[in-house]
Amino acid sequence: MNVPANLRYTSDHEWVLLEGDVATVGITDHAQEELTDVVFVELPDEGRICDAGDPIAVVESVKAASDIYIPLSGEIVAGNIDLEADPAMINTDPYGAGWIFKFRLSDTSAVEGLMDADAYSALLG
Amino acid sequence: MSDIIQETPLASLHIELGGKMVAFAGWNMPVQYTSIIDEHTAVREDVGIFDISHMGQFFLEGQGAEAWLNEILANDVNKLGIGEGQYTFMLNEEGGVIDDLIIYRQAEGRIFLVVNASMIDVDYAWLNQHLAEGLNLTNESIAWAGMAVQGPNSSAAFAKLFPDQELPTRNGMAMWLSERGEGEKLCVCRTGYTGEDGFEFFSSAENGSAWFQRFIDNGAKPCGLGARDSLRLEVCYPLNGSDLSPTRTPLQAGLGFFCALDKEGGFIGSDALIKQKEEGLKERLIALKYTGRGAPPRAHYEVFTKEGERVSELTSGILSPSMREGIALAYLPVTLAKLGTLVDIDVRGRRFEAEVVKKPFYKKA
Repeated sequence: MNVPANLRYTSDHEWVLLEGDVATVGITDHAQEELTDVVFVELPDEGRICDAGDPIAVVESVKAASDIYIPLSGEIVAGNIDLEADPAMINTDPYGAGWIFKFRLSDTSAVEGLMDADAYSALLG
Repeated sequence: MSDIIQETPLASLHIELGGKMVAFAGWNMPVQYTSIIDEHTAVREDVGIFDISHMGQFFLEGQGAEAWLNEILANDVNKLGIGEGQYTFMLNEEGGVIDDLIIYRQAEGRIFLVVNASMIDVDYAWLNQHLAEGLNLTNESIAWAGMAVQGPNSSAAFAKLFPDQELPTRNGMAMWLSERGEGEKLCVCRTGYTGEDGFEFFSSAENGSAWFQRFIDNGAKPCGLGARDSLRLEVCYPLNGSDLSPTRTPLQAGLGFFCALDKEGGFIGSDALIKQKEEGLKERLIALKYTGRGAPPRAHYEVFTKEGERVSELTSGILSPSMREGIALAYLPVTLAKLGTLVDIDVRGRRFEAEVVKKPFYKKA
């Protein structure tokens, strides 16, 4: 299972990449494999202020809809609109073109509370 | 019904094959192996195989079995020659659907019935409650494994496995003794739930996994319940418990073709159907298709008129793997049933426009 070392992870199987005070979020390789065949993504509205753990996006496979949570508190700055035309990028490139949204963290140090690659790999077992 | 999750004789093979197991109608079943879209496409373009061992198998035997069954089920049993099958309904007195099933006339006075997994106990009790003297009804659901082999190359897979056995024509069935096992009975029915050519194959429970594997070895791709659902919905085959229910009649579901209202002596529920026909239908099961891109429609999402009045909820819905469009079924008032009528489907507070279209959604090119 692909678990890049430079990312942080949540127990909801999302990854977080912090650059400055903006974090990019997507779902992990494990999560996309569990979902399979992503056919629709509902993106969060820019400018929305969210608390950690709020469900803010939805990723849908043929069979089911799954909520995507904002891992830490902050303000949405972008959704990946390319996913509207090609949602399957979440399957083919979960850590790259398949990113879902970016948000500006209220407190960048909160990232330290997320799992690193080793801890997430251990969670996957 | 018990809360115990049951397993088919093929359960360990599914896990070996990488199946993702889920609970369905009280059974632990593979929802998919690799990808619902890939499995769906295999059935539309090549050949796929589904475990249907969870479904029920009954045998009805005795002189006059046909005449008695004709009073119980909606379709006309008299139309069945030996070796022929038909889709039919078990209805309650109000004309509501208890179950939809397929019956096959194996021989004079011997009928093979295949019923839905969740309805095995209910159907068996219902039939027994009405059973005429001299007839014998047996529930052999545990003894049989079942698999549906579906797709344009399904008959080729059958021919490879059974070079000496002729595949019955559409809706027909055949039963024979296997040359491999000590007297193992095998049964093949040229029926299915996908809109493709195909057959349903029944063997002994203990040999089910071996037969499933042999079909795979002869080109069939293992497919799960996810693809089974998307395939059947594209061709508007109803799912009992979702599109069919004890409070709605086959006439409302648009399946009056399978109800022989002119049958002499009628059948259970026929009076209610005749009355409903005379009074006129107030609602019908309608096919809806998104007019644009949107979040996949799913069962229980609410349906609104363009004026914003809530009129119904979806009974089934999916993003069609063949057409990549949102497709759904819903009971709508007949005033909204006209082709081209626009409605809105609510998905988590957002409205997506859908149009009333002709059934089925998908037709073979």
